[in-house]
Amino acid sequence: MENKTIALAGNPNVGKSTVFNGLTGMNQHTGNWAGKTVENAFGIVTGNKNTYTLVDIPGTYSLMANSKEEQIARFYLCFENCDAVIVVCDATCIERNLNLVLQTMEIHKNVLVCVNLLDEAKRKGITVDLDLLSKRLGTCVFGTTAKDKKSLKTVLDTLDDYFEKSKNNSFFNILYDDAIEKAICVLQSEIEKIDCKTLNPRWISLKILEKDMSLIDEISDFLGVDLLQNEAIINAIKKANKILAEENLAGEKIKDKIVFSIVNYAELICKNIIKTTSQKSYNKDQKIDKILTSKTFGFPIMFIGLLVILWLTISGANYPSNLLYTLFMYLQDKLIELSIIIGLPQWLYNALFLGVFRVLSWVVAVMLPPMTIFFPLFTLLEDVGFLPRVAYNLDKPFKKCNACGKQALTMCMGFGCNAVGVTGCRIIDSKRERLIAILTNTFVPCNGRFSSLIAVITMFFIGSSIGLFSSLFSAFLLALTILLGILITFLASNFLSKTLLKGEPSSFTLELPSYRKPQILKVIVRSIFDRTLYVLKRAIIVAAPAGLIIWLFANIHIGGQTILEISSLYLHPIAKIFGLDGVILLAFILGFPANEIVIPIILMAYLSSSTLIDYSDLSTLKTLFVDNGWTITTALCFIVFSLFHWPCSTTVLTIKHETNSLKWTLVSVILPTAIGLILCFLINLLSTIFA
Amino acid sequence: MNSTLDDIQLGENATVYKLNSTGNIRRRFLDIGLIENTTVKCVGENASKNMKAFLIRGAIIAIRTDDLKDILIK
Repeated sequence: MENKTIALAGNPNVGKSTVFNGLTGMNQHTGNWAGKTVENAFGIVTGNKNTYTLVDIPGTYSLMANSKEEQIARFYLCFENCDAVIVVCDATCIERNLNLVLQTMEIHKNVLVCVNLLDEAKRKGITVDLDLLSKRLGTCVFGTTAKDKKSLKTVLDTLDDYFEKSKNNSFFNILYDDAIEKAICVLQSEIEKIDCKTLNPRWISLKILEKDMSLIDEISDFLGVDLLQNEAIINAIKKANKILAEENLAGEKIKDKIVFSIVNYAELICKNIIKTTSQKSYNKDQKIDKILTSKTFGFPIMFIGLLVILWLTISGANYPSNLLYTLFMYLQDKLIELSIIIGLPQWLYNALFLGVFRVLSWVVAVMLPPMTIFFPLFTLLEDVGFLPRVAYNLDKPFKKCNACGKQALTMCMGFGCNAVGVTGCRIIDSKRERLIAILTNTFVPCNGRFSSLIAVITMFFIGSSIGLFSSLFSAFLLALTILLGILITFLASNFLSKTLLKGEPSSFTLELPSYRKPQILKVIVRSIFDRTLYVLKRAIIVAAPAGLIIWLFANIHIGGQTILEISSLYLHPIAKIFGLDGVILLAFILGFPANEIVIPIILMAYLSSSTLIDYSDLSTLKTLFVDNGWTITTALCFIVFSLFHWPCSTTVLTIKHETNSLKWTLVSVILPTAIGLILCFLINLLSTIFA
Repeated sequence: MNSTLDDIQLGENATVYKLNSTGNIRRRFLDIGLIENTTVKCVGENASKNMKAFLIRGAIIAIRTDDLKDILIK
């Protein structure tokens, strides 16, 4: 029993993560569009003969390092010691995938090819001759359908067999043009005089000729020899460059020629290996796309899709939320009774159960049900292949704002959680466009803010009845609110790209994967488990301490008034200008740790001067709010400010981590706040004029 | 004047004659196999009409029309 390290490489979207998750059982999310997995991940799995440490490498099309992902992938494959590499390929486009396979085989001696998505290929009427491919590549080639557990066992068995045979493998040589081959030969004879450790001298020579400076530095570091300071090598380079110049292959042209050779080689290898017998599946995809991406139906369908998800979330969460809340209130009463029996001092059980426990129960009751509905629905959309079409349709407006179409996707991620959306911005290659996406991510409300928005929308804009129609109307108004957030995202992106982040829009291509049937049950179960853990964790770490602090604020008296009253009175005059009141503004400020506690804070403040009432019923809540001065204008300003104010603490920390800059983190705090204040001011102004 | 990939319509095939694109997008095109003598098929257009989708070596890739103008076809 030995431990072997295996790198998992492959193009984006080939099911690499499914293979990884399936084998290691780790809960890593599988995204269905390019670039989602941008960090390496490790996992361990035990076969019959050995244990394998699998390293999931970022999905890349090539190892010629045009992006951060490619640099990471290449660095790992070249310089980190792994015993073998499995390149996962998509059976439906093997030729394109071979580009990466061939480049990997030039770098590493032990490369296995895993032809995945065989079920997709079958659906499309594509057959791949695995044996012939294996013969032509001279390495182990095996097929899988990663979502099928039995198929995954093939991977382990293949690895076990592979290491048992312990062949002395050699690097794969791609034949380039004559001039390039001559140049390589000249240089290689000098390179071979150095100890190249695990690297391929031919490959090193090729990369030097390509003039990939950062890679040459990395190679020099790895070998402990400064290649470009070595006299003999410098002379050989000069000779090689002369050969290349004669064939007009100097400078950038050699890189082109190299890629041409690899692509043509891949095409040659695939001759007669791939057979297509039907166009049925392509046609089905195209039929769907024709509607989904059409000028007339594209945007309405996306809006309706959003509406449906929101409606399912709201109406589905209603009953469980009430149930949870009743349960918690029952527990609260019992716990207080118990405390009295034990003889706990009143201040203690009040602080614990009216402070900490109450806020905790609100957060869990209000946030958990919608999140456990929203996230699985969203994940299903991702897995089906819907989201890339969203980015596809929305590219023009983003391009007009000098931003990147992929921002549509990060924006969607922000619906779940803004911190996740910010991390997701890594899929945007251009630093400038990534910053724009990061800074505007908070304009779409996250699940934490959904609950406050839904509560206020329902209280002030719907009737008191909770029925099918009213929850649909609720969803509609929430969708409109989100559209406002999206509109401001465009305007702000445009503003940023004309002022702080000037620059030209970068080019990008978007792969549209086939529509795939998602593994519905698996997604739902995994999501519910994930989200429940997440909400509970947050409730304990953030909401509980916050609840305690707020209870203290509401019960510590200084000169006859509580701290809460003093602070809210102090803020009141400023808040009034923006259509809010002191309590609301204070609630937003104290809600910095987590947006979901804003409403509980407001409730606690209003209730501290009222008698205890049962406030799980929204219509009773409305009375409480109206008694404290709320009007429709207040409700509107609350909604707008909830959309546009400083990001929550988790998001701010994530932004600092992603941008590594205090300056941009400050901008991320000031920008939404400024927009929120301006909009609220205008709303308040307009309402006083027209009232 | 050669036609470009932007000129072909839904359902039509075209063979790449020359790639005039530069920089990162050129690299990306080469990586996905969009090189000289590659035959591609136009399979769609997006809702805002600024990107077209092509079947390139088995995969469907969407490219902006601005970038398509740099790809000359036979």
